[in-house]
Amino acid sequence: MIQVLSFYIFAALLIASAAMVIFARNPVHSVLWLIVAFFNAAGLMVLIGAEFIAMLLVIVYVGAVAVLFLFVVMMLDIDFAELRAGFVKNVPLGLMLAVVLVAELVLGIGAYRAGAVKLGTPDGAAPVNEVPNIEAIGNLLYSKYIFLFESAGLILLVAMVGAIVLTHRKSYSAKAQNISSQTMRRPQDATRNVNQPVGQGVEL
Amino acid sequence: MIGIEHYLVVSSILFVMGVLGIFLNRKNVIIILMAVELILLAVNINLVAFSAFLGDLTGQIFAMFVLTVAASEAAIGLAILVIYFRGRGTIAVDDVNRMKG
Repeated sequence: MIQVLSFYIFAALLIASAAMVIFARNPVHSVLWLIVAFFNAAGLMVLIGAEFIAMLLVIVYVGAVAVLFLFVVMMLDIDFAELRAGFVKNVPLGLMLAVVLVAELVLGIGAYRAGAVKLGTPDGAAPVNEVPNIEAIGNLLYSKYIFLFESAGLILLVAMVGAIVLTHRKSYSAKAQNISSQTMRRPQDATRNVNQPVGQGVEL
Repeated sequence: MIGIEHYLVVSSILFVMGVLGIFLNRKNVIIILMAVELILLAVNINLVAFSAFLGDLTGQIFAMFVLTVAASEAAIGLAILVIYFRGRGTIAVDDVNRMKG
């Protein structure tokens, strides 16, 4: 019963916050609604026993991608004075969202305690589920899908290098070694021999 | 009782909402990138639901790979956006006509 209730709450909030993502006028609000949407999607995945993917959604999306979006949104010409002026206006909405998230947490933990929802199988047999989800995924990932896993790491590396190369700006205040001019430097260009008489100062 | 069709309905609504967001938005590219993220989330929900339905973990593994690709796509897309903004000073969709396409 609690599972059905939490499914409908998670699904309704997911769809509502997805609608807010595309209809919100302010891009900052859009990103914040996107975070709410990902939390609810993670809740939906916990309900059917996919805990690993749910945690990955929270860590990767809420922790990394949403913050990335927030940073980029800051480039747009947003009227931040107006944003701050709306603080008092936004307090009820924020409080409501906080209460809803707490209620979802309680419901989600209750539903998780009640066991994963069995979606049923095509032939009607119950799925075999004796090892924990994360352990089973680890067993598969590091044996059968090891090459896919490593190429996923390669994709992330390429994305990282690409993002750095694209956005890197040469800074003129930074001091860097010029290796080629260092190695091309010859002793006869840089030094001179002086036959200095005794008792006189050196003229540099 | 919750069955697979509930999950499929949720994910298809989410997918349609992402597509709608792409077409509806005329102001900035960032909302379009977020709509793409919503579409990929819908795909992930589908994969995980079928994985639970069939009792086969392959769906969850592939959801993880979709997540990887989505994360790198967001990183590259936002980097392109940053350099575009540096050059043009705006990221409005209607102003993107540098290539005269």
